[in-house]
Amino acid sequence: MNLRTKAPAETTVVVGMSGGVDSSVTAHLLKEQGYNVIGIFMKNWDDTDENGVCTATEDYEDVIAVANQIGIPYYAVNFEKEYWDRVFEYFLAEYRLGRTPNPDVMCNKEIKFKAFLDHALRLGADFVATGHYARVEYVDGEHRLLRGKDDNKDQTYFLNQLSQDQLARTMFPIGHMDKKDVRVIAEEAGLATAKKKDSTGICFIGERNFKEFLSEYLPSQPGIMQTLDGEQKGNHDGLMYYTLGQRHGLGIGGDGDPWFVVGKNVEENILYVGQGFHHDALYSDALLASKLSWTGAVPTGEFRATAKFRYRQQDVPVTIAPLENGEVLVKFDEPQRAITPGQAVVFYDGDICLGGATIDEAYRNGKRLDYIG
Amino acid sequence: MNYFDHAATTPMRAEVLEAMTPYLLEQYGNPSSIHGIGRTARAALDASRRTLATWIGATPNEIVFTSGGTESDNYALFGTVYANQHKGKHVITTKIEHHAVLHAMEQLEREGFDVTYLDVDETGAVTLESVRDALRDDTILVSVMYGNNEVGTIQPIEQIGALLADHQAYFHTDAVQALGTETIDVKVLGIDLLSASAHKINGPKGIGFLFIKTGVKLATRSFGGQQERKRRAGTENVPGAVGFQQAAELAKIERAERVNVYQQMAEALFGRLDELGVEYDVNGANRLPHIVNLYLPGIELEPFLIMMDMRGFAISSGSACTAGSIEPSHVLTAMFGTSDRTKQSVRISFGHGNSVEDVERLAERLSEVVSTFTNGVR
Repeated sequence: MNLRTKAPAETTVVVGMSGGVDSSVTAHLLKEQGYNVIGIFMKNWDDTDENGVCTATEDYEDVIAVANQIGIPYYAVNFEKEYWDRVFEYFLAEYRLGRTPNPDVMCNKEIKFKAFLDHALRLGADFVATGHYARVEYVDGEHRLLRGKDDNKDQTYFLNQLSQDQLARTMFPIGHMDKKDVRVIAEEAGLATAKKKDSTGICFIGERNFKEFLSEYLPSQPGIMQTLDGEQKGNHDGLMYYTLGQRHGLGIGGDGDPWFVVGKNVEENILYVGQGFHHDALYSDALLASKLSWTGAVPTGEFRATAKFRYRQQDVPVTIAPLENGEVLVKFDEPQRAITPGQAVVFYDGDICLGGATIDEAYRNGKRLDYIG
Repeated sequence: MNYFDHAATTPMRAEVLEAMTPYLLEQYGNPSSIHGIGRTARAALDASRRTLATWIGATPNEIVFTSGGTESDNYALFGTVYANQHKGKHVITTKIEHHAVLHAMEQLEREGFDVTYLDVDETGAVTLESVRDALRDDTILVSVMYGNNEVGTIQPIEQIGALLADHQAYFHTDAVQALGTETIDVKVLGIDLLSASAHKINGPKGIGFLFIKTGVKLATRSFGGQQERKRRAGTENVPGAVGFQQAAELAKIERAERVNVYQQMAEALFGRLDELGVEYDVNGANRLPHIVNLYLPGIELEPFLIMMDMRGFAISSGSACTAGSIEPSHVLTAMFGTSDRTKQSVRISFGHGNSVEDVERLAERLSEVVSTFTNGVR
């Protein structure tokens, strides 16, 4: 099925509008191209400020302003329950296991391109569009997920779990543009959000302190900080506050190289630390991942590709071996630093994002690094 | 656009605009001024006051112009409790009031007053017994709306008025939604304070009044000039008052006919829905004739309302939070608890400009959209 050949005037696109500049320009461009555009604001998190006003209000106000400027209808939809059940519960569960989850990957998979997409289809839409820096192209009977043209902004890492069915109904109208050009278009069109600051951090936490936020939901259990050799170096505030390779917030001074988190022992509530950015314990040469998903055809057997292990990282050459149990073994050509359980490993063939999985374990020389949790 | 949201606001009648225009363009005087053009404005304001007073069986000096229903409610509540707090700090209201009353009551609680929120039955009505049971020696105010704005249920105003006749508590009613279709005489009904608004009866936005029975003490909440006998400072909205007057006159003349038409529309709606085999139930009973709140089992509210809008039909439900998403209606929650019914009900409200044929088309669109939920069709 390829709906992309349908004439714009006969194509209805629901744009997920967040009140930011990217989704504003997304809606604006589609409208200019002649599509029937509907703007919908997703309210995924129930939170009010000290005056009892929804924290999402300002963003929704921006959606209203931009939608009226562009001349499109706008609505809001509440996915608080879906977000809580499918994203936030997962987020907390991962932290309970001492892992470092990626809620944005889950939000795209379960909310933006599932609950929201279903909502849009029910309204009679042909597509949903978002302001992600990524592209979808229909080539050889397949909807390909391609990196955004702006290397700095490419967001395919977060979109790795999307399926053919989801991609077939998706548009990323700014994926072929640089961020600075998006701003220029917003300014030229006089959009209310042209100068709005980009949001940072995890959406439901916003600008708040991460540690404080997490402590509202999970009891923190302070414990011991020690080297892998058993030398005690201090105390930690709770394993969930730390991630592999992290330097800041350890509070270990003294001579020599700075200290880094190199592992966690969840059962005994120990945080392992080591000295030096390139501490040997941080390096591995393979990983095992689950929740594997492909954007296109499912590969058979082992193959070569490149992979990213976290956002904003150059992808590196790897050998990918899908296993019979649905997991995947990824071997790196060169050892990699701080492979972190809970984060996504995402596969590429050139510009094509092939899919991804959730990292569970790291290995070196065939031996599992049991100290990383 | 097929507009079926007249409980939210109404289109202004051409006659109203016509009546207002001279007071916007030529007779723009300030009623407090000592010159001729000021006196002309003053005369218009007083004429409006007389008409509105007569409309509800009051005297002109009992009418205070405000900016609308919300200000009237706020003034009625805060004004009475602060002027009468030496007699007690207890206030009675219902769980189904408009937010202009409910949120004001919550603020009164924060300011140290004791507020009782009465339950309603499944039809959305408070009972006289519940008011009687809640009444205490230190009760200073009872506020019960005339007809509910979401389900239309008319409250036992006359009985409550009679009950309070020999009690110190003042009786306030928010009649904003009821004035277009009900005959209201404040003296007959024993009402001490009544809130009204022009834009719900095809008048202009930004003007309303509070009826304050002679002798009722209210603390002033607004300071400035000496307008409205020092009860509400600020230059009067003369064009608005003239428009309100015209709208009230039309409402008075056309009332019986409108009631009849709205009843026909409701019958047409139910009849067509029955023919189309749509499963529904009506929320509320003994309704204001222009409001029909329909329970449509199986729908999801947000997409339902969007789909109706996409088809050019304006209907509504509950209220939206500041970030746009629709919250379950407090009125339906008071009637049905946490039942799914509160999330599967929509409000249709008739008004000037609707025809029975429009209502039949509305029923057809409702049927079409309901089926996308109940048939599992996308």
